[in-house]
Amino acid sequence: MRPIICGIVGIMLAMGAVAPDAANAGPALNVYGAASLKEFLQDSESAFEKNHPGVDVRVNLNSSSRLRIQIEQGAPADVFLSANTQCMDPLVEHNLTEDATIFAHNRLVVLTPRSNPAGIDSPGDLAQSSLKLVVAAPETPIGRYTLASINKMDSSGAFGTSFKAKVMSNVCSQEPTVKSVVAKVHLGEADAGISYVSDVSPAINAKVLMIGIPDDYNIVADYPVAVVSGSRAKTIGNAFVRFVLSPEGQKLLQKHGFIPARVQR
Amino acid sequence: MRAGRNSILLVLSLPALLLVILPIVGLFWSAQLSRIGSYVCCGPVAEALTLSLTTSGITALLVILLGTPLAYWLAYGNFRGKRFFDTLIDLPVVLPPAVAGVALLMTFGRVGLIGKHLSAAGITIPFTTAAVVLAQSFVAGPFYIRQARVGFESVPRQLMMASLTMGASPLRTFFRVTAPLASHAILAGLVMAWARAVGEFGATLMFAGNLQGVTQTMPLAIYTSLESNPNAAIVLSVTLVATSFLVIIVTKFLLDTTNRASEPTAARP
Repeated sequence: MRPIICGIVGIMLAMGAVAPDAANAGPALNVYGAASLKEFLQDSESAFEKNHPGVDVRVNLNSSSRLRIQIEQGAPADVFLSANTQCMDPLVEHNLTEDATIFAHNRLVVLTPRSNPAGIDSPGDLAQSSLKLVVAAPETPIGRYTLASINKMDSSGAFGTSFKAKVMSNVCSQEPTVKSVVAKVHLGEADAGISYVSDVSPAINAKVLMIGIPDDYNIVADYPVAVVSGSRAKTIGNAFVRFVLSPEGQKLLQKHGFIPARVQR
Repeated sequence: MRAGRNSILLVLSLPALLLVILPIVGLFWSAQLSRIGSYVCCGPVAEALTLSLTTSGITALLVILLGTPLAYWLAYGNFRGKRFFDTLIDLPVVLPPAVAGVALLMTFGRVGLIGKHLSAAGITIPFTTAAVVLAQSFVAGPFYIRQARVGFESVPRQLMMASLTMGASPLRTFFRVTAPLASHAILAGLVMAWARAVGEFGATLMFAGNLQGVTQTMPLAIYTSLESNPNAAIVLSVTLVATSFLVIIVTKFLLDTTNRASEPTAARP
C-alpha cells in the first residue's frame, strides 16, 4: 500500500513541476467573446497566433451579459467583444475598458429544423398555435434583439392581433446562449428558433432552414470591441483589436456571416 | 491520552471541514439578506422554489418505488451478469450532467430512440415538467439504489430465513424484517438522491429547457439571474441552501424517531 501511495504522490508532484513550464509557453491573451462569435474567434485565434508567434490566445465564450459581469467582478480578460453596446457601455463608462469600436453587425433570422415539422414559411407563422419556439434568455443581447424584433412586428399591425402575446405563449424554453437555441433547433426538438444570421455555419446550414425577417422588422446588432483596462497584455490586446478591424479580420467576419463594420474597397 | 488523540484528530479533520463549510459561509456572508424579501417573494422565484420542491419530491417517490425492487434484486440475486448490472447502475453518477442531458435528448427527444415512437402517439417529453422529473430521476436514482442495496446486503440472512420458516410470507418478511433493518441505509440513500435531484442543473437545462413555472427549477433560476442581477443570484442560492438543509434535517429527525419506535425486537440490543 505505501509504495503505491508514494508513487501516486510522486506522479502528482512531477506533474506539478511540469505544468508551470507549459503555462509559460509565451504571453497569453485572454479574449472574452460573445457566443455568436465562436467560429470567427476560432479562426482569428489561428490567424493571430500565426502572425504573432509565441502568443497564446485563449478564448472565453459566453453570453455578453455574463461576460460583462465577469469583467466587472475582476476576471482576467484582456479584450472584450460584445454582441451589443448595452453590455459594453457600462464598462467604458466606469473605465473598466478603454474606448470601444464597432467591428461588426449582425441580423436576426428564424430557424427551423430541415424537416420543418410546423410548416413555418414566414415570421408571421411564429404566432400559430402549439408551436414549440425556442429563444435566448431575455437578459442576453440576442434575447433582447429577439424581443425588439417581435415588438416591431407586433406594433406594425401587419401580423394580426395580439401577435406578440401569441408568439410569447409559444416560447417553450429560454436558453442561456444563442448556440443552445441553434442546437435545440437542429436537433429537431424545437419547431423554430430565432438566432443571428451568423450562427448558421456551413455545418448547421445542412440541418436547418432559414426564414428571413424583413428589414423593417429586423434588428441590426452592433458588435463593439475594447481592450480591458486591467489587462496586463495591453500591447498584444491592441494588436488583436487592430487585427479584428483590419481587412483580413473583416473578411473573416464576412466569411462567418457577419456584416463587416468597415466597408472593403 | 484520550483528549490528546481527540485533538489531533480534530486538527487533521480541520482542512476538510473548512473546505466544506467555508464556501457556504462565503455565500451567506455576501448575501444582502436584508433584501431577501424583495427577491424571494416575487413570482419567478416563488415559482422556481415550488417547482424545485415539487419535482424533487416526485423524484424521491419514484426513486424509492422503482429503486427498491432493483436494489433488492442486486443485493440478493445470484446471477451471472450481477457485477455488470452493478456497474451499469453506477453510470449516471459518473456521467457529466450535460452528457446525461444529451443522452436523455437522444433517447426521449422528439426524434430520439424511444421519443420518436412517443411522438407518433402524441406524447412529447422535452420542455415539460415531466422532463424535469425524468432528468432528476436519471441522475439521482443510482444514489438511492446503491445505498439501499448496501443496506439490504447488511441484513443477516438468518433473520430473514427465521421469519420465513416461522410462516411469514416473503412480502411480510420484507416489510417487517428486512426493510426495517435496512432502514438507515434506505433513508440515507433517499436523502442523497433527493439532494442530488434538487441540485440537478446540466441535464435539466439540456433536456427540459428553461421556462419559468414549467421547467425553471431553482438552480436554473439562479443561473439565469446571474446574467442580470448577481445579488439576486446570491440571495437565491442562500435560500436554496437553507431550504435544502431544513428539509434534510427535518426528514432525518422525523424518520429517526419513527424508526426507533418501530424497531423489531430482534434488532434491539
